Amino acid sequence: MSRPKDAMNRLRDPEALSFWQRTYVPEILRGLKLTAAHFFRNLLIHIFHLAGLWKDRRGAETVQYPEEVRGYSPRLRSLHRLTKRDDGSPRCVACMMCETICPARCIYIVATEHPDPNIEKRPASFDIDLGKCVFCGFCVEVCPEDAIRMDTHILNFAAYSRQEMVWDINRLLSNEPQRVEGIGEIRKVK
Amino acid sequence: MPTLTIDGQQVTVSKGATIMQAAEALGIYIPRYCYHPGLRVAGSCRMCLVEIEKAPKLDIACYRQAAEGMVVHTTTEPVKLARQSILEFLLSNHPLDCPVCDQSGECDLQNFYMEFGLYQSRFLENKIKRRKAFPIGRHVMLDNERCILCSRCVRFCEEVSRSHELGIVNRGDRSEIALREGSQLDNEYSGNVIDICPVGALTEREFRFQCRVWYLNRAASVCPGCSRGCNIELHYNVNRPHQSGGKRVLRLKPRFNAEVNKWWMCDEGRYGFEFIDAPSRLQDFEIRTAQRTVVASREQAVQTLSDWIGDSIDRHGSQSLGIFLSPKLSNEDLYGIGKFARHVGIDCLDFRNPSERPGYQDDFLIQADKNPNTRGCLELGLYRRSEDSGGWMAGEIQRGKVRVLIVFLQDLALAPEFQQVLGRLERLVFVGSNRNGTAEIASLVVPSATYAEKDGSFTNFEGRAQRFERAVVPLGSAVAEADLVASVAVSFGMQREEFERERLLSDLRREYPFFDQEALNPPELEWVYQTPIGQERL
Repeated sequence: MSRPKDAMNRLRDPEALSFWQRTYVPEILRGLKLTAAHFFRNLLIHIFHLAGLWKDRRGAETVQYPEEVRGYSPRLRSLHRLTKRDDGSPRCVACMMCETICPARCIYIVATEHPDPNIEKRPASFDIDLGKCVFCGFCVEVCPEDAIRMDTHILNFAAYSRQEMVWDINRLLSNEPQRVEGIGEIRKVK
Repeated sequence: MPTLTIDGQQVTVSKGATIMQAAEALGIYIPRYCYHPGLRVAGSCRMCLVEIEKAPKLDIACYRQAAEGMVVHTTTEPVKLARQSILEFLLSNHPLDCPVCDQSGECDLQNFYMEFGLYQSRFLENKIKRRKAFPIGRHVMLDNERCILCSRCVRFCEEVSRSHELGIVNRGDRSEIALREGSQLDNEYSGNVIDICPVGALTEREFRFQCRVWYLNRAASVCPGCSRGCNIELHYNVNRPHQSGGKRVLRLKPRFNAEVNKWWMCDEGRYGFEFIDAPSRLQDFEIRTAQRTVVASREQAVQTLSDWIGDSIDRHGSQSLGIFLSPKLSNEDLYGIGKFARHVGIDCLDFRNPSERPGYQDDFLIQADKNPNTRGCLELGLYRRSEDSGGWMAGEIQRGKVRVLIVFLQDLALAPEFQQVLGRLERLVFVGSNRNGTAEIASLVVPSATYAEKDGSFTNFEGRAQRFERAVVPLGSAVAEADLVASVAVSFGMQREEFERERLLSDLRREYPFFDQEALNPPELEWVYQTPIGQERL
């Protein structure tokens, strides 16, 4: 029976290795050469950077988060926001679709009467417990009013207590959408 | 007795029966809007069109009488196309504001459209604007845009409540439901128009935006509002407590019973459930001395009560104990209490509050006796036959004969006879669900479960015993009355098993042949509404 001669299979089956591979020493030296080459290359570029030269070359490929970030894709699901009507009130009509679909059960809405009978219903409170949220985006999919979106590109909302992880209607309304530019490009954060 | 064939099944119906009734007998469901079994046939919605062989065109099942040899089809292509076209027509001026509509989830327009609708809309015109969301009575909100003019509510007000408040005004696509000039929809049965409205045109003001209907669970129950004992469904929300501000029972709906209430119930009963989650609910056992009131555990309270009863029997005999029952207690609770009273030899029992006056009644459902189980108390013989009211017990207290009185639910402090003498008692024990004047002065207060929080049965004024099932757990430390008595009875040599719910009922049926009724068998629940709601817990 012939077996595929790829590296993983050879590693799993010592019989498939050649004599020199089985002694390990040459292979280790080969690996050290690769690592050391990158080390000295990056060291050299960083030294040149200090001297103000070669600024267009990156010292290392690593993204230096949080000093640097990549441009996010428009389909990224980030922190929620509630959209607003022209007068600044929430578009949400408290239909409870998002609360119903939410697999983590992290949305809590209380409905109340809207003074305008043509709108009829509005949320008295709208809380999202981000400590429970799984960022599946179902709430955005299901919303019949385009009242909730996940396009803020805010990912750092960690807090010191569980209570602070619950975002109420005012915090959700104050979130703004993030313009998408340069998807995947590394940007310095000012 | 014509025999006809519907969808390949033969059925024989009585003369004059309609195709709709024949299909119902076969268990075939024909969609309908204007047809309601409790109202006259209007034939206006055309949703129930069926194909009858040898007939020139489709005919409405709700009006066409069954005839010998008739062959009816309800699922053929012409029928489906007719339903689709009618739905398209009904939606042409329907606002489709399902997100804000309280009916969504139990709306026949939604349900039938999901099943038979035309999914690619062809509608390009502008919809007619009408008045939205305005109250037309104490309990009912009207939205004219959502109305499909089935006229069920109009016929209800003409035929059932006979109050004639509603009508359809204007012509063609300008037609709409309107109140008779200068009137309001506030008859005693106005809530029923909300139930029979197939869409969200008539919604309930009390229930409005409290909870989406798919979060509701339901339990079969019996209305405790009067001695009629209307069959009801209890709709409660325990899955999303934040939506309704912690209130659990959110609405009552009538449950069909041909002998008692048919499809209807009165507003008094419908909105008489507030006490279940009211702030006045008793939630803790309280022991009160002259100086202060302390919250006790269930064990402490039961021990205290047992000690008082035992002590009083030891010192003055069982004649020194009195029990004031309530016709709001279930048959099982009454029987359990009666059993214990017999065991320890208490014969000073009554349930008739002398301060209670007969209330409003009419010739339809509402009874003057506002207690659900007066007949049960009478059949169990838990009163002194020689007296016409419970006032005699005040005399017994006055003479110093009764020293310890246990009051169930009733507010004796309201009755002038008792006001004077309650202070003479050595011990006053109050067992009840809500705080009242008697609870304020009782030396021991026991919180008890309401009818929504326990299984049981009530006997209505005609002598029909009817079961109700538990919907929610008792609030706080509340206990069912029979369970409290069971805990006390154990100290007097009785077995706890004797007070189990099913055991109480079977003993009751054996001992009192009156209660051996079919209706007390474990219920098979038939839901009135076509739309199954809240069955799976979301």
